[in-house]
Amino acid sequence: MSATPEELKTRIEAAIPGSRAEVSGDGHHFNAVVTAPAFSGLNRLAQHRLVYDVFGEEVGGRIHALAIKTHTTSEEA
Amino acid sequence: MTDESTNPMRDAIQSAISENPVILFMKGTPEAPACGFSARSVAMLQSLGTPFAAVDILPDPRIRQELSALSNWPTIPQLFVDGELIGGCDIVTEMYESGELQQALGLEPAAPEAAPEAAPAEAAPLTIENRL
Repeated sequence: MSATPEELKTRIEAAIPGSRAEVSGDGHHFNAVVTAPAFSGLNRLAQHRLVYDVFGEEVGGRIHALAIKTHTTSEEA
Repeated sequence: MTDESTNPMRDAIQSAISENPVILFMKGTPEAPACGFSARSVAMLQSLGTPFAAVDILPDPRIRQELSALSNWPTIPQLFVDGELIGGCDIVTEMYESGELQQALGLEPAAPEAAPEAAPAEAAPLTIENRL
């Protein structure tokens, strides 16, 4: 079953407290822009890991590719 | 899965990372990348003129499995500098555009520029399975 951008958005926002996600994609390749207070103080690698961790082994499998851009909430305020 | 102390695949990956100051794990080779994200990462490294080792993860699915277990990073490509994971294509692109990648590679900081499109290459490919 292929994934949808809506599913990814819902799961990211449910898993990362206070986050907002914008997700686009074709069912296999996705782009996610995620803003969350939890990113504050983390380097980019750790921020992206938080997002990848939402999907575990689905990344590379059911979710073929997930491009991520992260912002801390304060950067966008 | 297997006992870490008797995991030759993981050991081979770890020594490749330790022995090469700049190493890219990718799909395909620098000459023939098999994925757009890998191609873009190769193009950025080449445009900086920095020598790098490249490992094709496609010949054996265990390479990717063990690499991801080792790096705690799920996707390919993965760029390592001085033994540390820098990131995948997204992070490498952001760092390239901001000049941080040049800094991480110990190069003269250049004016920020857009990431280049994929281009052909001459870096020697490294194969993990030959090291076992």
